[in-house]
Amino acid sequence: MSEAQSVSPSKAEPAAAKERGFLVSSAPHLADKATTSRIMFEVVLAMVPLLVAGIYFFHFAAVTLTVLCVAGCLAAEAVANRMRGWSQASLRDGSAVVTGMILAFSLPASMASGSRFYMAFLGGVVAIALGKAVFGGLGNNLFNPAMVGRAFLMICFPAAMAAWVSTAPMLQEAKKTLAAEKGVSLEALGREDVDAITTATPLYQAAKLSEYVAKAKAEPEKRDAWLAQAGQIRDEMPGLWRLAIGNVGGCVGETSALIALICGLWLVMRGVADWRPPAALLAVVVLFAGLAHWINPDRFPGPLYHLTSGALMFGAFFIATDYVGAPLTPSGRLLFGAGVGLLVMLIRTFGAYPEGVMFAILIMNALTPLIERATHPKPFGGQLQT
Amino acid sequence: MIQVLRDRMKGLKVFSRGIHPPHRKKYSESLPIRVYVPKGELMIPMVQHIGAPCEPVVKAREEVVFGQKIADVDAPVSAPIHATVTGKIGVGTVCLLPSGRRVPALPLKPAECGALPTNVLEDFLDRHWDGVDPAGYDPDAIVQAVREAGVVGQGGATFPTHFKLRRNPKTPIDTVILNGCECEPYLTADHRLMVEAPEPIVIGLQLAVHACGAERGIIAIEENKPDAIEAMRKAIAGRPGLDVVVCATQYPMGGERQLIAAILGREVPSAPQGLPLHVRVVVVNVATAHSIARGVVKGKPFTHRVVSVTGGGVVEPGNWLVPVGTMFSELIAACGGVKPDAVKVLAGGPMMGPTVPHLDVPVTKGVGGITIMTEAETAHWLESPCMRCGRCVSNCPLYLSTTKIAHAVMHRDYDLAEKYHMSACCECGCCSYVCPAGIPLAQYIRAGKNQVWVIAAQKKVQDQKAG
Repeated sequence: MSEAQSVSPSKAEPAAAKERGFLVSSAPHLADKATTSRIMFEVVLAMVPLLVAGIYFFHFAAVTLTVLCVAGCLAAEAVANRMRGWSQASLRDGSAVVTGMILAFSLPASMASGSRFYMAFLGGVVAIALGKAVFGGLGNNLFNPAMVGRAFLMICFPAAMAAWVSTAPMLQEAKKTLAAEKGVSLEALGREDVDAITTATPLYQAAKLSEYVAKAKAEPEKRDAWLAQAGQIRDEMPGLWRLAIGNVGGCVGETSALIALICGLWLVMRGVADWRPPAALLAVVVLFAGLAHWINPDRFPGPLYHLTSGALMFGAFFIATDYVGAPLTPSGRLLFGAGVGLLVMLIRTFGAYPEGVMFAILIMNALTPLIERATHPKPFGGQLQT
Repeated sequence: MIQVLRDRMKGLKVFSRGIHPPHRKKYSESLPIRVYVPKGELMIPMVQHIGAPCEPVVKAREEVVFGQKIADVDAPVSAPIHATVTGKIGVGTVCLLPSGRRVPALPLKPAECGALPTNVLEDFLDRHWDGVDPAGYDPDAIVQAVREAGVVGQGGATFPTHFKLRRNPKTPIDTVILNGCECEPYLTADHRLMVEAPEPIVIGLQLAVHACGAERGIIAIEENKPDAIEAMRKAIAGRPGLDVVVCATQYPMGGERQLIAAILGREVPSAPQGLPLHVRVVVVNVATAHSIARGVVKGKPFTHRVVSVTGGGVVEPGNWLVPVGTMFSELIAACGGVKPDAVKVLAGGPMMGPTVPHLDVPVTKGVGGITIMTEAETAHWLESPCMRCGRCVSNCPLYLSTTKIAHAVMHRDYDLAEKYHMSACCECGCCSYVCPAGIPLAQYIRAGKNQVWVIAAQKKVQDQKAG
């Protein structure tokens, strides 16, 4: 802060001002305590419980990914500042840390292992470099930088981005079963027996279920076979409590919808996050999923399943509330949230990808200038009618 | 948002948006009004109201007596100026107003003895108004008396009050709101006046209601002044058509648009064309009502006003009854002077008050307080990039896209700024207050409005040359 203070007129001049008179400045002379770095710090603080949950479910993978992504973001920010000849003050405002954490939380745990570790770092670099720095830094980016980084990774490393592994408690469960089958003690199981288990995410299961049910209808001759597959999937799908807690396959920071909800509500209460995007988003998801479930309960899981699975809750409170990519206007923010919710459900229900939060955010980011223009507020009282 | 919900549940009047800055009224809210007798020369600016500037009606070196008219102008939107002490007029000069404008002024040297009547404070705070019947006055006579007394809006806007009170069949008035909110932090002048002289304020309100043909008068006071609420409630007892309404302590509750929205739920059309009279309301400050009563009933012109000298930077805060034209330096010296760590002297409160570069500035009719702030009290801004958090937009009491206007001004695109309704801005400063990036939005908008005014003036000159 020393450098920041030396350029602040009110810090540097009081002694000199005494002789000539008093400081002259434009009103107001009071300010709220919130500053950019304080807001970013509170967002980081709100994400710490999610990191703890990530560590519980995926052990070191969560820490490794977070460190790599944040390092990538900070490195890119520093290089960009250097190239522009700016001071490195933006490293301290915390925005790069927030981007890095959001990116890390939306990566699969398998990305932290072995030869894949560089991917997360690269993702962080791309997020800041292509997502933010090229547009002119904080406040000028069109797209959410973390989602840009994730989209980059999804295009470059599709296999790694779809390699979901089970959580630690699930692994422990599997080990017990295996040990019982082999008739040996749990400790006797070597690493070669079971190290990690690939698993399907709840949303992948939901997509498959929908596919099988649809196929059963389309091909009446194989109807029973498809329905049997669908039934099997339905049996494997996790219960709501497991989903809410987050003991399911998925990204390291996103699996626990309950913790994301609590931390997100805290951010809203603190006034850091606007309530409008998450409220509109969740409302649209509940409506859409409720309607689909009501039409065909066998094929489409209910609203609660959607709310608790994938990146939805995390996305609603931590990604859709990102200031820069969302419209400025209050009504625009409601529209933005509703649009994200609608796109997520369209992608989840009809799209090729099981999860759609990333695409939904990016598409709505692109629509933001239009929304902002359309929702331009009328000044209080309106024009005088003569 | 949570504060607003809490206030709403308490049954207080609120408006949507706005902010909740610290009150900081403790410095002077419990100190009774004292009278200040000036010793040095006073400076009476010829511009103390919105509208046409006054011309002196006395000659240089003329002896004048307390309350004598010394300047006037024949224009509808104007108010005469009176000698605020007995003494000798000096040679006309130019003085600096708290707003930064340089205007013609008359120096006034108080007489060695008897510059002010000895009972000036008792007379100002006189509470014996029982025999007065406001309905007995002729509306036109009230308006004329208010004009002659030189009464202007004392909330800060200094709009000549008589102009608001004239009856106009095209714009009927049904409600007069007395603005006792004093939503600016620090300031306590209106608060003290309501506590110490509630009766003349009520008479002034009744005169205003009668003059503009309204049906009722409402006295609006913020919740953080319980003693003023009680005093005003007592004073209106037994007077029909009057009411005291308690508003939430919310900034800018004292803004006309916000106050009318909070109390009556009516939206005044946006500035600069829209006025409260378009929704059949007149808003008058409590101190102005006090001046109306004195002017109409007792024929006493506007010579004095209550000024709170407050803030962490003054040795001894206080509320003073001050003759208009008293220099800041004298008044502050009477308060023990400024502390060593004082950095800013404001004419008014910290949300809208302009800073003065030095203390050779006179108290004018619109100055309700002098706030002297220390280094620790003032906000320090270091401008960083806007991250589009939208706080300025969602807290703007006038629903403007504040950051858009500020950025348009930054890029000198004044047409775009006007497209975002820059001229509707009331410069309340909520946007700057909430901005986490430390962008002085209100300053940009103020500069933009000024620039638009300059461009229009230049165009007018060019057109005149061409034509």
